[in-house]
Amino acid sequence: MFNKLKARQPFPPLRTWAPVLAVSWFLPGGGHFLLKRHGRGALLAGAITVTFLCGLLMRGAMMEPRFADLVTTIIHVGGYLGNLATGVLYLLTVWLGYAQPDVAGHVHDYGTKFLVGAGLMNVLAMVDAFEIAVGRKD
Amino acid sequence: MLRMTLTHLEAAILFAGLISAVLGAVTQDTTRDRLRYGLRCFGYFLLALFGLGWLMYFGHG
Repeated sequence: MFNKLKARQPFPPLRTWAPVLAVSWFLPGGGHFLLKRHGRGALLAGAITVTFLCGLLMRGAMMEPRFADLVTTIIHVGGYLGNLATGVLYLLTVWLGYAQPDVAGHVHDYGTKFLVGAGLMNVLAMVDAFEIAVGRKD
Repeated sequence: MLRMTLTHLEAAILFAGLISAVLGAVTQDTTRDRLRYGLRCFGYFLLALFGLGWLMYFGHG
């Protein structure tokens, strides 16, 4: 079975994918625009931005890294990384003072999930842009 | 600042719609395929949403 596996391709040079990945992180959908995939870029930018804005309007909290037991650490560090993955949306929210503290209530809770979810969507967009940039995907 | 207040169901359906759009965009190549895959994902999300909702309803007795 292992003999049938294709030989691993050499990793593509940094300059072919690093700028795309950086732009894709900073500006959701931006990597696709850089690669001239305007339709896909617009769809991703719209969906990610709307998710993030809904999260903010629901008064969701920005997660901060907290280290305690394993579950708490995974939730808080993972959530923080998810927030960071939204790039400029996260940075503007924090810099302009729109980050809100965690409060009880199902709407706020959904808001927090929307904010993290927007980051995870952007991670998907970054992976997609990377694959297009290195030629693994059309 | 504006405020958005949704029920559990509305928030879950909104999230399902948005994530389905992203999944359709990153996994398919043509507009038609994206639309079909996005709608299929959205359907699965709704199925899971209502299925789990009823499961919890009966689970609580």
